[in-house]
Amino acid sequence: MQTLYDVVIIGAGPAGLAAAVRCDEKGKSVLLVEREARLGGILKQCIHDGFGLIRFSEKLSGPEYAERYMDMLKKTKVDVTTLTFVTDIEKKDGLFELTLVSRSGVTAVKSKTLILATGCRERTAKQVNIHGTRPAGVFTAGTAQNLTNLLGQLPTKKCVILGSGDIGLIMARRLTLEGAKVLGVYEAKSTPSGLTRNIHQCLHDYDIPLYLSHTVTRVFGDDRLTGVQISEVDEKMQPIAGTESFVECDGLILSVGLIPENELAERLGVQLDPKTKGPVCDQNLMTSVPGIFSCGNALHVNDLVDYVSESAVTAADGACGFENADGEFSFIEPDGNIAYIVPQKIDLTKSKSEVCFYFRSRDVLDKCTLTFSANGKTVKEKKYPFLRPPEMERLVLSLDGAGLKKGDKIKVTLEGGKK
Amino acid sequence: MNERILRKKLRSLYGGKIDFTDKNRMRVMTGEWNDWDGIVKACQLAVTGKKDIHVVNNIKFTGAPVPKMRVPSLRDSALDGKKPDVLIIGGGISGVSIARELSKWKLDVLLVEKEYDLALGASGRNDGEVHPGVDLSKGSLKQHYVLLGNKMYGDVCRDLGVPFSRCGQYVGFDRKELKPFVEAYAAKRRLVDGVTDTRVVSKEELFSAEPELSKDIEFALYNPSAGCVCPYSLTIAYAENAVSNGVTLSLSTAVLSMEVKNGEIVSVTTNRGTVYPKIVINAAGVFADDVAEMAGDRFFSIHPRRGTNSILDTKAGAFVRSVVTVKSLGKVHGAGHTKGGGILHTVHHNLLVGPDAVETFEKENHATNPESISTVFAKQQGATEKLRRSDIITYFTGVRAPSFEEDFIIERGRETHNLIHCAAIQSPGLTTAPAVALDIEKMALQLLRCYGIKPKRNDSFNPHRDAIPHLRDMNARERAELIRKNPDYGEIVCRCEEISRGEILDALRSPVCVPTVDGVKKRVRAGMGRCQGGFCSPVVMKIIAEYLGVPLSEVRKGSEEAVIVFGETKEGK
Repeated sequence: MQTLYDVVIIGAGPAGLAAAVRCDEKGKSVLLVEREARLGGILKQCIHDGFGLIRFSEKLSGPEYAERYMDMLKKTKVDVTTLTFVTDIEKKDGLFELTLVSRSGVTAVKSKTLILATGCRERTAKQVNIHGTRPAGVFTAGTAQNLTNLLGQLPTKKCVILGSGDIGLIMARRLTLEGAKVLGVYEAKSTPSGLTRNIHQCLHDYDIPLYLSHTVTRVFGDDRLTGVQISEVDEKMQPIAGTESFVECDGLILSVGLIPENELAERLGVQLDPKTKGPVCDQNLMTSVPGIFSCGNALHVNDLVDYVSESAVTAADGACGFENADGEFSFIEPDGNIAYIVPQKIDLTKSKSEVCFYFRSRDVLDKCTLTFSANGKTVKEKKYPFLRPPEMERLVLSLDGAGLKKGDKIKVTLEGGKK
Repeated sequence: MNERILRKKLRSLYGGKIDFTDKNRMRVMTGEWNDWDGIVKACQLAVTGKKDIHVVNNIKFTGAPVPKMRVPSLRDSALDGKKPDVLIIGGGISGVSIARELSKWKLDVLLVEKEYDLALGASGRNDGEVHPGVDLSKGSLKQHYVLLGNKMYGDVCRDLGVPFSRCGQYVGFDRKELKPFVEAYAAKRRLVDGVTDTRVVSKEELFSAEPELSKDIEFALYNPSAGCVCPYSLTIAYAENAVSNGVTLSLSTAVLSMEVKNGEIVSVTTNRGTVYPKIVINAAGVFADDVAEMAGDRFFSIHPRRGTNSILDTKAGAFVRSVVTVKSLGKVHGAGHTKGGGILHTVHHNLLVGPDAVETFEKENHATNPESISTVFAKQQGATEKLRRSDIITYFTGVRAPSFEEDFIIERGRETHNLIHCAAIQSPGLTTAPAVALDIEKMALQLLRCYGIKPKRNDSFNPHRDAIPHLRDMNARERAELIRKNPDYGEIVCRCEEISRGEILDALRSPVCVPTVDGVKKRVRAGMGRCQGGFCSPVVMKIIAEYLGVPLSEVRKGSEEAVIVFGETKEGK
């Protein structure tokens, strides 16, 4: 390990790995820091397929996808440190000073730039207002997946899954294949949260019922879970009194949302977008703190790993080309039909001929039109036959001809029929 | 309330279904009623106002089945035939602090706790406030001990290696016109009741200390002696110190019955065998009246009262730095039997919001309810607009163990002579525990002398407990030095709380080893953070399994029945 790097990347999941490989290609000195013993992040436990269709034009499993990057990484000069935890980062004299803790002690490392590829964490039972006792048998889907796929242990024999997010759907199938009975997937929203392909491949193909506009309101059991209370919910997703029913089970698997991990970023003063819970970034995925870049699920929760890696390359290019100069910004202003859009601002001093936007619609929309406009002029218009919140959309466009000036607003509107 | 008026009142309220008889310094309530709150109200009305006369609730509750005390499934004879000098029943803060003080003497002390770990009742399920005693008037045991206990906290926590912060308490008022009344109240507390440092502070002084509070607050009563501690850490620390000094601790051990002859407990039967103690100390919390009953000495009743607290992310920790509560006009004394709840900045820099107070007939129902969170937040949002429910990471419910007189019962048995009650300990019972323990130590020694036992000092008594190092709080040099000696300290397992493998192994090797996921969590905080163990629990399970040399399916969350995984998956076989 050196004492000064061009780029330090925190997190060696799909984002961190892709960023490391890219920074090395650009000839930069790179340190990749991973807190777990092995590289790959959550991909390690995602033994199902469907990864890499875009990036490698192949259907890979999570570990295979990670392995592709690990093989690339082996050919690079990137320094990799595993079982290493970043406890502190300070910015001093234009350099980032990191404190790393590992089995070999406490190490200080300096870096010109930082890429935060810290991924996301799962929402827990208490964060979705589930009450009752505190028995064993209530797991987030990721924890259940870890227990099943990495430790080879069966976490439940008969369970209810709350939330139709992708990991919940994947776990419904996975636990069924392991001989557990999945009684149903309950979703508080009136539409599924996961990808359509997962609804088919994980639920329909295994006759697992999906109950929309239902949620779990209470858990029972003093030791191990003995059952859950299910309630119907209204349009505001509030439980409707009188609709409660009891379902006997020994497991409750929660797939109720992912939260980008930005505690390190916040400590460094990075401004977060309340919509994405990730940093507010420019087109190079630089955050509000010059020299700090964000990518992958730490930036916003992606639907496909391929986009995670793609955003990592964007952040890597940004970090490699970083010069400590003040930017001049135009700001993206999405309307209420857009759940979020990334990046949130455009640095006019940097290239803007190929800006990659990621966004999601707030609701299910049919036949809709996305419009980018600035100074009353339409920059780009795109029609979509339909948009669904679970499916992230990607759009690359040039803003060169938009005549943007510092402080200009770029309005993004989404108009179409609500389903 | 006097007899005649009470009888009239009960008749009008309960139509003759509830009555009472006065005998032997007891007011025994009888009859039956189907609404628990009604029963509590009847008993509260019956309180005599005389210190040594207690209300005993024998009213049959017909509204719902009253659950029996949960007893561990374990059955063995590990304790059978033991003849301890002192048997302490209950591993809460009262029991363990008494055990620790008694370990200063050459005595055979046995402490039994029915749960798989310590502090699983009210001692582990409260907000950890070290109370200043400002809300109590002279004359009660609570008030007597709160002043003594509060002063002891710094030394006790230093000895036991438990973090303690004397963070102070602000009771905010939103009406200027109340200021003279609060000034007078503070003066009385200072001059008459012995809270010598309580004082009224101006808006400016309040906001220089707590800048994020609501600007509606006009002034505050400030109590610099208030503090906070982690209540289960302190309970576990006391127990560890007691065990290191020779006390025998038996977990998963429930008292099932007692044999009482001629006003003396002869034997106590547990699920782990029958023991023959010289004297018994009843520190059984919500079950103190049941234990008293077994001992033939039930002269008081416990009426369980639930309270729920929310724990907020450390990110919210910056909004309040001390203990804060607000009083709105008309509610100054209207908070019922709780100090009104508040917002507390914990020693681990979370915020704790609560508790509420709800009467219940279920002594062990720790389930939470959404209404509790709503009530508490509605109330505390008046203190700071920054308080957001979205910052909640978890919530928990505890059950208080008050008598109807709402004061502690610290006395020798009335009918049974080799018995000491440390009962009806509710808030501020955590604050009072160190002081109460010293008095019970004296009472126990005196009682033992009656049985011909004159214990000598335990010369090897060491008041100091070596705490598990908390590496996150160390500077880089100290941390590096520890990691050099033991690289396990450099391997972070719980990322939210930054807890290393070394600290987890230390918890497993500690004097009171509870090798479960929750046991580890209580000792070193692995899994206490914002992800609530989502990432670290599989790793913690592996460390426990390796340490015990058992398969993962043998690792428990808490009790023996709290199975986490059911064995290997199909492919694993």
